[in-house]
Amino acid sequence: MARGERVMVTLKELPVEDYIVSGHRMCAGCGPAIAARMALKAAGPNTIVVNATGCLEVATTIYPYTSWKIPWIHVAFENAAAVASGIEAAIKALTRKNLMKQQPNIIAFGGDGGTFDIGIQALSGALERGHRFLYICYDNEAYMNTGIQRSGATPLGAATTTSPPGKVIPGKKEWKKDLIGIAVAHGIPYAATACISYWSDYINKVKKALSFNGPTVIHVLSPCQLGWRFNSNETIKIGRLAVQTRIFPIYEVEYGKYRLNINVTKPLPVIEYIKTQGRFRHLLEPQNSYIIENIQKNVDLQWNRLLKLCSME
Amino acid sequence: MRIIGLTGDEAVAYAVKQCDVDVVAAYPITPQTIIVERISDFVANGEINTEYVCVESEHSALSACIGASAMGARVFTATSSQGLALMHEILYIASSLRLPIVMAVVNRALSAPINIHGDHSDMMGSRDCGWIQIYAENAQEAYDTTIQAFKIAESPNVSLPVSVNLDGFIISHSMERVEILDDEDVKIFLPPRKPLYRLDVENPITIGPLCFTDYYFEFKKQQAEAIEKSYKTIMDVMNEYSRVTGRNYKFIDTYGIEDSEVLIVCMGSTCGTARYTARRLREKGEKVGVIKVSLYRPFPSEELIEAIKNAEALIVMDRAVSFGASSGPLCSDVKNTLYDAGLKIKILNIIYGLGGRDVSQKDIEQAFRLGFKLKSGDIKDRVLWLGVRE
Amino acid sequence: MSKPGWRSLPVAGIIPKAGSSLEYKTGTWRAFKPVVDEGKCTFCLLCWIYCPDGAIKRLDNKGKISIDYDYCKGCGICASECPVKAISMVEE
Repeated sequence: MARGERVMVTLKELPVEDYIVSGHRMCAGCGPAIAARMALKAAGPNTIVVNATGCLEVATTIYPYTSWKIPWIHVAFENAAAVASGIEAAIKALTRKNLMKQQPNIIAFGGDGGTFDIGIQALSGALERGHRFLYICYDNEAYMNTGIQRSGATPLGAATTTSPPGKVIPGKKEWKKDLIGIAVAHGIPYAATACISYWSDYINKVKKALSFNGPTVIHVLSPCQLGWRFNSNETIKIGRLAVQTRIFPIYEVEYGKYRLNINVTKPLPVIEYIKTQGRFRHLLEPQNSYIIENIQKNVDLQWNRLLKLCSME
Repeated sequence: MRIIGLTGDEAVAYAVKQCDVDVVAAYPITPQTIIVERISDFVANGEINTEYVCVESEHSALSACIGASAMGARVFTATSSQGLALMHEILYIASSLRLPIVMAVVNRALSAPINIHGDHSDMMGSRDCGWIQIYAENAQEAYDTTIQAFKIAESPNVSLPVSVNLDGFIISHSMERVEILDDEDVKIFLPPRKPLYRLDVENPITIGPLCFTDYYFEFKKQQAEAIEKSYKTIMDVMNEYSRVTGRNYKFIDTYGIEDSEVLIVCMGSTCGTARYTARRLREKGEKVGVIKVSLYRPFPSEELIEAIKNAEALIVMDRAVSFGASSGPLCSDVKNTLYDAGLKIKILNIIYGLGGRDVSQKDIEQAFRLGFKLKSGDIKDRVLWLGVRE
Repeated sequence: MSKPGWRSLPVAGIIPKAGSSLEYKTGTWRAFKPVVDEGKCTFCLLCWIYCPDGAIKRLDNKGKISIDYDYCKGCGICASECPVKAISMVEE
């Protein structure tokens, strides 16, 4: 595939094989499960996966069962990018010594917890060193596996167990960290946001990212029915709403050049997204309406900033 | 065989060079820095075919080593003190995953206060991590032990990570006369690695799953058995290396034990000072001896019992302290061993040399004198801090 | 059947059998099950790509699917995303 080219693949052309199979214990309707399954459709069997501790790792490898049909390693919570660096270095060394012929894809999966917060150092180091691997952050916007505690990716106002809406503080007080901005600051060849609700965009991005000879990052929004508090059948719908309200813009950055992938020309107001999830329920109370206004203002600000970035050479 | 002047750090780096290491992932920390700098020179000059990953922390260093070892590569790293403490959680994972990794630990005091000089508190703080731990007495041993460490670690009967310990500054930065093997001899001694398992797209396995209460216990038992069974392989490797070099490597080294009344038991560079002092005292007719513990984990209980069973008083010198415990780490192990063997020998634990506090012949002489006092029942203390200002 | 002891377990907790979770049938999790009206199905395969459990199987190249009830957790995403409402969630 040529760089920058967007290849429209139909669903029928996607491989039938799954490299993460049924029998895993992720919740019914789990967003990250969809994110992993779709990514492996793009990556195929010639792939090694490094997984940080979290929902995806725990629920797919409960001894003696594993859902992975590709080589897979889990070491700890914050070091997926460091382990991936070691694997990449070993492949380089062994290939140079003619001890290895395979050139597998390397994908590091980390949740938002294992990426934005505790994993940011290892990710930064790996990006700076220029290892050839793809880091996919499946973002369910909290430390879900340990029971819904807030992370640096939790959006403003959301209720989590460590940012509960109480009498004095109405949910999380801080804005979501800009992961792709951080990634791009390292000068890597490719970084992109994605959402599982836009399967074609996401799967194409995984394939594209794997084609670069350097570090790439995909930040994929993966709604969590349990933590965000919606019905298990609404996962895809809510992901779509996040994009259609411009709360989670879908764009890519190739060698520093920003490109908007999904131009939301008639955005829905943020309330359409907020009212669908129990974690925002307290925001619907009249005394918290200013928070929704702030969120809307910020979404508009970020969108305009993104458009300006996209217009730059 | 050649003889070169090398510091302890340089000797380790030289050994790494000769061992055809595939991946080195390391982060600099005094007094280990010379190791990583020399290796960087070798890589930059094309003298070794090694992928050197300049990681952004020690935690990532060992994490990267695990990834590389899981691919079947031969892997090395080095650290000290705070760096070892930072990678603490990963130490346990490396050994539990049964991945061969060789790590040089240039032993340095742990903060606070921050101190860059040599003592054993860093490795002692992690002594339960499941790694095989060997202590070097000088630069020659640092070189020799590094080479043996790869063979021990990668042996399919063992498949455990190994730490090679050398005293910070005292060994790491002191230049000594070191006998270097020929490259060919190292290659013959250390064949290419054959991993027990690895990440391989042709044979996809899952490494590092979640285990509940129904399986974890069994895996720990498996691991405990593995380090127990490793005695034999470590002995075989040491014997083979001794044959190749003419230098005698064993779990413990003994001096003057045949007729000693008072024995000092210690580890690291102090053993050299202790042996020298003991020789001078023996020339004057004093019945003293020294036991150097080289293999610390797994602990050489059998060999130790054999060596000390006729002594009347032991001075066990710890260059680390275990706060709140009745003895320092080495002394605890010695007492355990004696108790299990039904031996009741008088023991005095001496805490010494923390933060690189120098240990001289006079200090060792005083230690032996305390040993004689202990023998005659004139000391009631269990632990004394040698040389600390009151 | 008692579980294996430490002597016979694979070293280091490795799981050597890829995809062994297929032995664990999560179909028992459901309260509702998806039922496909094959007459309405347009073979778009959206249900297939969105299933978190890979419990929708492709039967041929034309997009015909069937639901693997051994693993289907009854989340209802397939029914929700089907553009022609060919899937309904039926109480079990």
